[in-house]
Amino acid sequence: MGFDQYHEPPQELPEETRTFARLCASLTEEAEAIGWYEQRLALERDPEARAVMADAVGEEYKHFCMDFEFLIRRKPKWREIAQGVLFQEGNIVEHGEAAEAAAGESASPNEDPSSGTRVVAGSLGIGSLKEGQ
Amino acid sequence: MSHLLREHAPITEIGWRTIDDEARERLLPGLAGRRLVDFSGPHGWEHSATNLGRVDKVDLSAIEGVEASRRVVLPLVELRARFTISREELRAGDRGAQDIDFQDLDAAAQRIVEAENLAVFHSWPKAGIDGIAERSPHSAIESEGSVERYPAHVARAVELLLRGGIAGPYGLALGREEYTRVVESAEHGGYPLLDHLRKILEGPIVWAPGVSGAIVLSMRGGDFALESGQDLSVGYECHDSDTVTLYLEESFSFHVLTPEAAVAISPLQG
Repeated sequence: MGFDQYHEPPQELPEETRTFARLCASLTEEAEAIGWYEQRLALERDPEARAVMADAVGEEYKHFCMDFEFLIRRKPKWREIAQGVLFQEGNIVEHGEAAEAAAGESASPNEDPSSGTRVVAGSLGIGSLKEGQ
Repeated sequence: MSHLLREHAPITEIGWRTIDDEARERLLPGLAGRRLVDFSGPHGWEHSATNLGRVDKVDLSAIEGVEASRRVVLPLVELRARFTISREELRAGDRGAQDIDFQDLDAAAQRIVEAENLAVFHSWPKAGIDGIAERSPHSAIESEGSVERYPAHVARAVELLLRGGIAGPYGLALGREEYTRVVESAEHGGYPLLDHLRKILEGPIVWAPGVSGAIVLSMRGGDFALESGQDLSVGYECHDSDTVTLYLEESFSFHVLTPEAAVAISPLQG
């Protein structure tokens, strides 16, 4: 275990980018775990072991969803594209293309419609320094 | 391009990154208000006022049978602190120099920090801001000039808050002189004063340049609101062949929602 979730020197990255990278790493780990449980469940025959693993994979689904929600709350454009793709019937690729095109025409990547916050280029990104906020 | 006009400055990407990093580094230690009160935003440079949900009681009606009243809002204040950087120093930074002279930037950062803290913790009448100490209905606790008595003063302030039903944890903003004397002091038996205060407060003790004396306040949330329009940013003003003039800028309002959730301690004398 190191600090390999960072692609750039961490000391040069703003705090919010480091947090974002940590949650991206966490999201990846949850997705990996879901894939591993899927494989184990495909092979396991002991009903009790299957029940335990089925319960465990539910936890991973929850963790994945929480990580994903955290990330898209901070990236309005990503959120907008997700809204156009997730929970839609029909062709996934078509929805993706349409959502990407629509998002490109609207929100700036620095606007967060869900919280009403706006960060201009040049902001030092300091915000709250209160613990837990 | 934003109103900060950064693209017009004769500053490279490396230069901007170095300036922003230096500004952030110099601002962070002193921004005491942001460590202790609720912060919302940033809502953007165009955001001009905080909604208070109230109206003027004066009837403005111009037509019989129609009542009219005007909303009361809290306007945001814009702070700007200019500084200059030598273009020679910026060129040195582009070549990889690690010791760029940012003296003027550092001084501007301190001025902004003090201005923000003053607005939050005391008052700024011309800007229409009544800060925490100004609004507190509690009489300031007299520090009696002795730092060794500080745990007693802080405990008294906490008890005053508890008596009023104001829950903790509690934070302590210490002015420059008070912070220095608290940090360097130990009680009888050598127990550090700072540790004793932390046990009483169950919350942070922060260095608060611009604060006169000290302020104990509840950190449960919902009592003090710092609303940011544009968060602290660096903008470009002008340049000549030798220097670039930049500025630190922010816009914000501050609103005390529960005046009784804080108690001031008077400055140490001597």
